[in-house]
Amino acid sequence: MPWLYLAPALVVIGGLLVYPVYQLGLISFLEYTQAQVSGGEPTSFQGFGNYARLFGDEQFWQVLLATVLFAAACVVSTLAAGCALAVLLTRVRAVPRLALMLAALGAWATPAVTGSTVWLLLFDPDFGPVNRILGLGDHSWTYGRFSAFFLVLLEVVWCSFPFVMVTVYAGIRAVPTEVLEAAALDGASQWRIWRSVLAPMLRPILVIVTIQSVIWDFKVFTQIYVMTNGGGIAGQNLVLNVYAYQQAFASSQYSLGSAIGVVMLLILLAVTLVYLRLLRRQGEEL
Amino acid sequence: MKLSVRLAAVAAVLVTAACAPQTSGNSTSGKDEQSGTLRVWLFQEVNNKPKEQVVQSVVDSFEKAHEGTEVTVEYIPVETRAQRIKAAFNDPASAPDVIEYGNTDTAGYVKDGGLEDVTKDFTSWSEAKDTDPTAKQSVTVDGKIYGAPYFVGVRALYYRTDVFDQLGLDVPKSQAELIETAQRIRAAEPDLYGLVVGGAYTYGAMPFIWANGGELATGKGGSYAAAIDTPDAQKGITAYTSLFGDDNCPAAKCAGMTGNDTITAFASGKAGMAIGGDFSHQAVEAGAVKGKYAVVPLPGVEPGSIAPAFAGGNNIGVLKSTAHRTLAVDLMKRLASKQTQGELFDAMGFLPTFTDVRGQVAEREPFVKPFVQTLAADTKFVPASPAWAQIDSSLVLPTMFQEIVSGKKGVAAAAGDAAQKMDDAFGSAG
Repeated sequence: MPWLYLAPALVVIGGLLVYPVYQLGLISFLEYTQAQVSGGEPTSFQGFGNYARLFGDEQFWQVLLATVLFAAACVVSTLAAGCALAVLLTRVRAVPRLALMLAALGAWATPAVTGSTVWLLLFDPDFGPVNRILGLGDHSWTYGRFSAFFLVLLEVVWCSFPFVMVTVYAGIRAVPTEVLEAAALDGASQWRIWRSVLAPMLRPILVIVTIQSVIWDFKVFTQIYVMTNGGGIAGQNLVLNVYAYQQAFASSQYSLGSAIGVVMLLILLAVTLVYLRLLRRQGEEL
Repeated sequence: MKLSVRLAAVAAVLVTAACAPQTSGNSTSGKDEQSGTLRVWLFQEVNNKPKEQVVQSVVDSFEKAHEGTEVTVEYIPVETRAQRIKAAFNDPASAPDVIEYGNTDTAGYVKDGGLEDVTKDFTSWSEAKDTDPTAKQSVTVDGKIYGAPYFVGVRALYYRTDVFDQLGLDVPKSQAELIETAQRIRAAEPDLYGLVVGGAYTYGAMPFIWANGGELATGKGGSYAAAIDTPDAQKGITAYTSLFGDDNCPAAKCAGMTGNDTITAFASGKAGMAIGGDFSHQAVEAGAVKGKYAVVPLPGVEPGSIAPAFAGGNNIGVLKSTAHRTLAVDLMKRLASKQTQGELFDAMGFLPTFTDVRGQVAEREPFVKPFVQTLAADTKFVPASPAWAQIDSSLVLPTMFQEIVSGKKGVAAAAGDAAQKMDDAFGSAG
């Protein structure tokens, strides 16, 4: 009875994963606001009412598009920065390597609210050092839609590249040196070694960090909420999580919020599955 | 494949064990005990000691008047009040009997089924006749009364006396003069905002809408309809948004500002004028402009008139789930009585909700005069609808102002969209 041995793990998974997701799905089909929670009004079944309301909201689609594009930009930038610095780590001496590691770990360990506030201060139009150094006067970085998204992207990359860097660095270290040496002897350039030797060997690690980044960056909340003051001028910097908070949770419309949660869950699941499928089609078992 | 079958079986067991989301039976307890412990939740203020002393003397006299009773008072942080009070509604067994709550929350809490209807007790209360009408409106939903007003907060115009003297400016008497004065300050002192305004400062913008004869919404009880897109309201929106520009408060900086941001700017000496509350006094006193400013009522459209202000503040209410209704109502009256409110003003500077008490304190403390004048002129309140919480948290009005000042939309289009969103919220909240 191997299942008996697995039972404890399955119970934990069921309790921590299946049950909450089940509740999330269930609530998204009900009318469930504070009035229902505290018994002021009876709970009623709404079918797809919450979803219809959500999909009928033009702003939802704009926010969804912005979220996907913003998350994609964040993932690409984070991976590029993380991988480049991981390669750099393998090429420098011990002291600069330690310094880079410590700096990255510092960024990693900084709480998102603190990091966001500090970045905002750095780019503050009145007191920020960045404008002073660049000679931009009192230019406001958070006023324009793209410049505000860019500022947030910088912060997101800053606080999430260390995970990619450390993981990829560990992976590179595990690659046998003979392989790299052979490539170098054959006259391969640095870029060529990365593309044809390291990247394929690091594939499983890159898959993990990519999926992790996609999930993190799709769900970004704190940075947008703090740095653009709850979604930017006229909501121009809203992403799905902040939108869900404002539309639903802040006013206790738990059912609408759950519907948004279910939509996010499905999108993330689809992205992950498609990505895994693509990798598998390329012939490599993970 | 075997694995997924088993997994499904486990999941199925869990699913059948799981019931529908929780709903608490929040109804009147039916009991009305005449002794025992009463629990009270009040808000924790920045400097809470004086408030505690005032409340303690009320509690002492209450316990003396009702033998066999005990009152425990808990001070809850303002930032997490929403969660605490929601939790109290969800779990009547550990809920308090009497709470302090923000007056814009009244309609929402009533819809949640948390507050007890005290209409009869309030109308038969001898002191209630002196309650100012807007404060009374802030405890009223659908003609029923759900608490006693505790204090009011109102905003007026702070201005820099040194800047006005230096530039030879007069205190503005009308809205047109206000805007002109703001531009003259900015022109003469490019480092200062003339009148610092914020795109997210809804309560600072409302007086402009009301002064021009506009309304946020019209109607009574459950059936509100947005009025933010009427011609009068649009005139007010145009006046307020005209203040965002390089000639007063550049949109790039001011569009994102909140009320607190504008007060911070004024207190640190970066603005010639600001719209601040009686509750902003301490923050401004602690800033660089201490001793260099004065306060007057915010002018209306007609020269010499006062723009209607938003009457914020808190109320004291009794929870529906209380097992000591009679006692709780008596405690509510004592906490919100004329005497307590007078003492609370001396201790904390909170403006009383009784017109006569307010007149007396204005004699003693000249600083509050412009605020009392504003309250006496005309004050307004946000729609007493549970939808207001949703309109507020989904930033409908800040979005409207920001769309206009950033040039994304014209006044008519932005106001029309805001009205649409408000009507949606009124419709869905019922």
